[in-house]
Order: sequence, then structure tokens, then C-alpha cells
Amino acid sequence: MLEATDIIKRFGGLVAVSDASLTVPEGRIVSLIGPNGAGKTTLFAVISGFLKPDAGRITFAGTDVTGMRPHEVCRLGLVRTFQVVQPFANLTVRENIAAGAHNRIRGRAEALDHAGEVGKRLGMGGMLDQPAGALTVAGRKRLELSRALATGPKLLLLDEVMAGLNATEITEIVEVIRGIRDTGITILLIEHVMQAVMSLSDYTYVLNNGAIISRGAPREVAADPQVVEAYLGHGASERIAAGGAGA
Amino acid sequence: MTGTMGWRIFWLVLGALAIVAPWIITSGFWINFLILTLFLAFLGQGWNIMGGYGGQFSFGHAVFFGTGAYIQAILQSKFGWNPWLTLWFAMAGGVLVAAFIGYLSFRYGLRGSYFALITLAFAEAFRVLATAAEGVTEGGKGILIALNQDPERSFAMMQFATGTGYYYFILILTVLSLVVVWAMERSRFGAQLVAVRENEDAAEAIGVNAFRVKMGAICLSGAMTALGGVFYVQKFLLMDPNIAYGPTKSVEALVVPIIGGMGTVFGPLLGSAFLHTMGEITKEATQFFWQDRPGLDLIFYGVILVLVLAFLPNGLVGLIKGQWRGRRQGRAAERKKAVA
Ligand SMILES: Nc1ncnc2c1ncn2[C@@H]1O[C@H](COP(=O)(O)OP(=O)(O)O)[C@@H](O)[C@H]1O
Ligand SMILES: [Mg+2]
Repeated sequence: MLEATDIIKRFGGLVAVSDASLTVPEGRIVSLIGPNGAGKTTLFAVISGFLKPDAGRITFAGTDVTGMRPHEVCRLGLVRTFQVVQPFANLTVRENIAAGAHNRIRGRAEALDHAGEVGKRLGMGGMLDQPAGALTVAGRKRLELSRALATGPKLLLLDEVMAGLNATEITEIVEVIRGIRDTGITILLIEHVMQAVMSLSDYTYVLNNGAIISRGAPREVAADPQVVEAYLGHGASERIAAGGAGA
Repeated sequence: MTGTMGWRIFWLVLGALAIVAPWIITSGFWINFLILTLFLAFLGQGWNIMGGYGGQFSFGHAVFFGTGAYIQAILQSKFGWNPWLTLWFAMAGGVLVAAFIGYLSFRYGLRGSYFALITLAFAEAFRVLATAAEGVTEGGKGILIALNQDPERSFAMMQFATGTGYYYFILILTVLSLVVVWAMERSRFGAQLVAVRENEDAAEAIGVNAFRVKMGAICLSGAMTALGGVFYVQKFLLMDPNIAYGPTKSVEALVVPIIGGMGTVFGPLLGSAFLHTMGEITKEATQFFWQDRPGLDLIFYGVILVLVLAFLPNGLVGLIKGQWRGRRQGRAAERKKAVA
């Protein structure tokens, strides 16, 4: 479904992504983990057309999408969410989601209807007519997800949709994501919440200093000494161990 | 439900009043007052499409107004074309200038104050150009349109002997502009334009071609504002570089929707009515000082604008909606109390 090959992205002297490759097979949930500043969000931005890579190639569903604009990539069915959520604050939840629905739906009424359905499916039924600016963190994360889902994607790139949520909210959103996958949508997600990574993903890539240092089934990856090392000093090795033991 | 019903009746009555106004109001002064109010509402609506809905603030909307006006004036006076024909060229001219400015700005990602400055610079450059190109524009002397002497041909020549004709002319234009914006608000284009205003990156991520949407908005805005120039030329039968491209029209076009409520269908109309009413009252009150002091009106606009920005961030429409919602909530609270 998605193939990113030898991606390099520099910001001035800083190499944010250096020679990273990853593959996402259709119908799977693949996760991308790594310490803060590893280059995960940058890699997402490159894949979704927000940044042009300095080298490398991205193919999606058989099409070379390298250097395409984000809206073109979205038309093809590849949609990202933002780590720092970006709601249309002055619009209602329904209008926010409808803006996504317009990717495939021309009519305003149909788009608003579809938005209502998607919102309800993601547990936002009671908030549809609230202004997006008034939502809680959890609400905003759901909105970000709903809006992306309403575009009718084949592949969703989710950037830390669980950050800032409490345990109950995380359990809920894990179910939501699994539900999305069950409708046939492929998912690539960046996540720090290890128990979610363990329970959700079929395959995991670990990015560190811009390079993929490990890949495989989540449990194997968590046990990889190189990965534990990468997380050391960030205080995350314990989290991995705990997550690995729990799964 | 009663709210919607109430508004429907309000608009019906207002619409009926607008149609019969010339029979009720016989004073030329007040007809003129209505004409200028509608004219400014129309100009403001042009700005509102791009600034209010699209979030692209232009400080130089005169560039579209003046281009439309000059094309209307030149094709009539130099080539003897009929005004009903020239108006299409005037609008096309507005679109062309809009497309040019839009392409330059949006292709290179100019946003916010950079875009505002670019539009301002274009208006000023066109003013200098119109002053210099005497062969075409008569320079600072300005162009005069021949007065139509034949009352039979007043419609054909788009010149009306009385204010009533101009009143209906601008009323139709204003209603058309309301319908256009109302329809836009309920279309995919409108939804995408608002999405771009709210957050361009997020809009792109969900499939909105921000460049194309902004180009569409600036072209529509340019066409409408140029049509405002057409009306001005037909009403006043003259055009010069300062009227066309000077700062007055640019300021008026943006003040009116900001006061009334940006990104709303009726904001510009409300803003224009408020501004003109306040303007007349102030003029009456300060007649002694006011006379022959050009520029005072701009200061007046400035003061009103500052007050509105400080106290009414959503303009008059926001104030009315807030009041209405407040009353409804008040009633709901009372009902709850009554139940308890
Ligand atoms: N637009 C940018 N300009 C310059 N440096 C950036 C930019 N975006 C990210 N970076 C840098 O690139 C590195 C990777 O960042 P990021 O992709 O956000 O990491 P992650 O998402 O894995 O936490 C960081 O050092 C960050 O400071
Ligand atoms: Mg990140």
C-alpha cells in the first residue's frame, strides 16, 4: 500500500530523516516509534506531501507520490493527522468533519450528513453542534481523527492521537482505531503509549536520529537491545519493558 | 423555531420596504443616502468574500474597483460602446487583475500582512499609472462620461434621470451579491474557503487545494468589486485616479464588513447601514467643523473601526446573534426555574 524508500530530509545542517525506508501492507496497522526528536513527524510530513524530501521515493497504491501537494495525496486516499491538533476553531464539530467529507462529496447537505455519521461513529454524537474551539483535548483528538476519516482514505497516518489522554480515553480510542482498520482502512501510527502500540500494531518500526534502527513484531522490537539503548536517557526503557511484559 | 419565523418575517418586511422605498421617501437626500448605503454594502460584500470568508485581508481593494470603473469609463467615452456591453469587460478586467495579484501572492505563499501590503502596493501603483497614462485615462483631469439627454434611452444608456432608477439598480446588485454569498456559504467551495481561512495546512491535509480556492475567491471578489466601479461611473459619470485607486474605496470596502460581521452574509449590509447612519448623525452634529474637510470621514471610519475591533470582535451580526442567544438561554433558564 505505502512504500517509502531511502528518505532523506535535512533542515539546514540538521538531518531530521536519514535514509529511512518503511513499508505498510494493505489492511494492517503499522506503528512508528522512537524517542522525541527522532524525526517521526518529519517523516509523516514528507510522506503526506507537506515537506519535499531531499532524496528518496514514496509510492502509494502503485502511484509515485514523491513531491505531490498534500491535497493531491489526500485525493488519492492518503491522509495525515497532526500531532498538534489543528481544528477549525470557529466552526462546529459537524462543519469541521464536513470539510473533510467534501474531499469525496460535492453537495453540502450530503457532506454534513456524512459528517454527522462519522462523528457519531467516533463517539462525537453529542458534540456535533459545539464549536470545535470549545472541545477538550480528547475531543480535539477525536475531531482530528474524524475529519481525516471523513475524507474517505485508504491509508491514515495518525500522529500521536493518544498523547494527553487519560487511561479510559486511550482504551476508547484504541477501540476506535481498531474499528477503523476493520472497515478496511490501513493505518500507520506514531505513538508513545507502548501498551497501545503493543495491542494495536501488527508491525513496528523504530526511528532514532532519523534512521530506522529496528523493525519487526512489536514484542521483538521492544526486546531489541538497540531500541532499549535508544530510549535510555529518555527514561523510556522502563516504559517499553513494562509494555512488553504487559502485552 | 419562533426565532427562524421571526427572522423570516423581518426579512420579508425589510424586502417589501426596500421595494417600495422610493414611493415613501420622496426626498432626494434620503434616496441618495439609501443608494450610497447599498453601494457600500455591495463593495463590502466583494471584500467580504475574500477577507471575511477566505481570511485574506486586502488593503487595496480599490485596485479592482478602479479597474472596473476605468474600463467602463474608457470604453464608453473613447470607443462609444454601450454601457451594458462594457460592464462585462469591466468585470473581466477586475478578474484579470485579481488573478494576477492572486497568482503572485498565493503561489509564493504570501499570507497575512504580506498579502495586505501587496494589495495596497498594487492599488498605489495603479493610481500612479492611471495618472501618468494621460493618453488613455486623461490623467489627473479624469474622464467625463457624456450625459444622456434622451429620457427614452435612460435604461439603454444605464443613466437614470432620478435617484429612483439608480436606487433600483444598486438594490438589484446588492440583492444579487447577497444571493451569491448566501449560495457560496452553502457550497463546497464556500466550506473549503472557510477551511483555508481557519487553518490552511489542516485544509490541505484533508484534500483542499488551498491555492485554487484562494484564486477562486479573489477572482469572484475582483469581479464583484469591479462591478461596483461600473455602478459608480454610471452614477457619477466621471472617474479620476484618486477616486479609482485612492485609499478611500479600499478602506470603505474593508471597514463595512468588519463592522457588520466578517464572513457573514448580511454583515456588509448591516455595517454599511450603521456606518452611514452614524456618519449622517455625526455630520449633523458637527456641521460647522465638518464642512470642506476631506479626510475627516476616513478618521471617522478609523474611530468606529477601532471601537468595533475592541468591543465587538464579531461585528454587529455577532452582537445580534449573541443577544438573541442570550435571550433564548434566559428564557430556557426561566422555564427551568418555573419547573423547579
Ligand atoms: N520545520 C523544521 N525546521 C527545522 N527543524 C525541524 C523542523 N521540524 C522538525 N525539526 C527538527 O527535526 C527533528 C525531528 O523532529 P520531529 O520529526 O518533530 O521528531 P519526532 O516527531 O520524532 O518527535 C527535531 O530535531 C526537530 O527539532
Ligand atoms: Mg512528533
